[in-house]
Amino acid sequence: MHRRNLSILALAVLVSAAAGTPLHRSAKVAVAPGSIEGTISYTGTPPKMRPIDMAKEPTCAKQHATPVMTESVDARPGNTLADVVVYVSAGDQGPAATQTVVYDQKGCQYVPHITALEVNQPMEIFNHDQTSHNIHPMSKTNPEWNKSQPPGTPPLHVTYAKPEFIPVKCNVHLWMHGYFVVLNISHSSVSNDNGKFSLKGLPPGKYTLTAWQEKFGTQTQEVTVGSGATAKADFTFKAVQY
Amino acid sequence: MTLQTSQRRLIATVGVLVFAAANVSGAQESRIGVLTGHAAAGKKEYRRFCIGCHGPDGDGLGENAQWIDPKPRDFTAAVFKCRSTPTGTLPTDEDLSRSIDRGFVTSNMPSWLPLTGQTRADLVAYIKTFSPRSREGHGTPIVVPAETPRTVESILRGRALFQKMECWKCHGPAGHGDGPSASTLTDSKDNPIRPYNFAAGSRFKCGDTNEDLYRVFMTGLDGTPMPSFADNVKPAEAWDLVHFLRTLQPLKTTEAAAWKAWLPTHANTLKPIGPEAEQH
Repeated sequence: MHRRNLSILALAVLVSAAAGTPLHRSAKVAVAPGSIEGTISYTGTPPKMRPIDMAKEPTCAKQHATPVMTESVDARPGNTLADVVVYVSAGDQGPAATQTVVYDQKGCQYVPHITALEVNQPMEIFNHDQTSHNIHPMSKTNPEWNKSQPPGTPPLHVTYAKPEFIPVKCNVHLWMHGYFVVLNISHSSVSNDNGKFSLKGLPPGKYTLTAWQEKFGTQTQEVTVGSGATAKADFTFKAVQY
Repeated sequence: MTLQTSQRRLIATVGVLVFAAANVSGAQESRIGVLTGHAAAGKKEYRRFCIGCHGPDGDGLGENAQWIDPKPRDFTAAVFKCRSTPTGTLPTDEDLSRSIDRGFVTSNMPSWLPLTGQTRADLVAYIKTFSPRSREGHGTPIVVPAETPRTVESILRGRALFQKMECWKCHGPAGHGDGPSASTLTDSKDNPIRPYNFAAGSRFKCGDTNEDLYRVFMTGLDGTPMPSFADNVKPAEAWDLVHFLRTLQPLKTTEAAAWKAWLPTHANTLKPIGPEAEQH
């Protein structure tokens, strides 16, 4: 086991990995960037979300006039779905994302329920509640940590080094549940309250888009973006009971 | 511009890989004090002593595992409760060694002190080979400053923190492990887990001393619901908490004696711990 041999081996692995990777940073090109827009919808009957009983946490319960519902499947009018992550799984990787992602704990809920970020993109986690939260992202590939965040304390600064879909929970408030979707690209979007997403600043070319819903899984489709054009890409999930 | 970024990333990746390759031999060894443990030697000992519970692949799925609760540690995940290092980082070789020495009270993991120091060092070296993460290296151990005096004032400050930091939500207002969230707790493998019951007076999993208890707050018990308080509890406050927690145990400690002497004449000045106190 000579170190030199191992280094050469590591380089060989790297070169083969680099040759095989479908992702690449865009070179300078004299064309206008395009975009992709679309709507996420579902067919069938989505599973019923249940009301959350926050009686154990009065400071949170009184912030909600009506009971908060679970958010695993966020069905919206017109058979659309919110909180679906759409990202480029093959194609231009985009410039490294540098803006800070904000993740909040408010009313004993994670706001937003799902956030998408790039590896090494800075994230700030706030607690705007009058109770302590225990922010516990259950990562497997990235190091798993668990931190107490009492009311009125400064935000936690977090980055992740490896791509991973990380479920987040609070051990004190069992119902609190969210996701950090850490991707190795910056081209990502989470569908809004109307089930719409948009990816902007895409250099013209071929893309593979992946849409991920935490209970319904993933779907992919190929999209070609022209110079300065807006391509359409709709996804339809088949609602399954779980 | 973006090309430069990609080049920079490539260079960084090459650097990391070369560094990792150079450290492979390091990952096969452990250092415990003056001893150097070797994974190859540790493998033989592991197959003799550890394999039954932790399994041939170190994933905690040995043939005895199904009968055991709490479950044996999964070394492939490299998530360890008892560390001297911050939450989310790997423990030092000494931390792993101390866990083997001490065993885990209220679990099936016995103390392995009867083994020689060299054997235990070899086991640490071998255990680390189950996870590629061990190449990252361990975290920087937290600094444990000198303990503050074990006074009633310190205990009272610790009691206020027990309320403020909401320790009672899991550990219960009297530390009986029966707080409102206690019944809902699960570990990172979704197995039910109980918060420590101070009234049971059993030893702490990560060591008996006040310093060990201090370390538990500041590092958290990774893989369990117990978080790290390092970002929001100052060292002096952590010592106050330690002193208060000692009064919850049915043990003869300096703190318990001081509390017992003070309490009968002052009990009516104390606000109860728990949700009632929040509303005042």
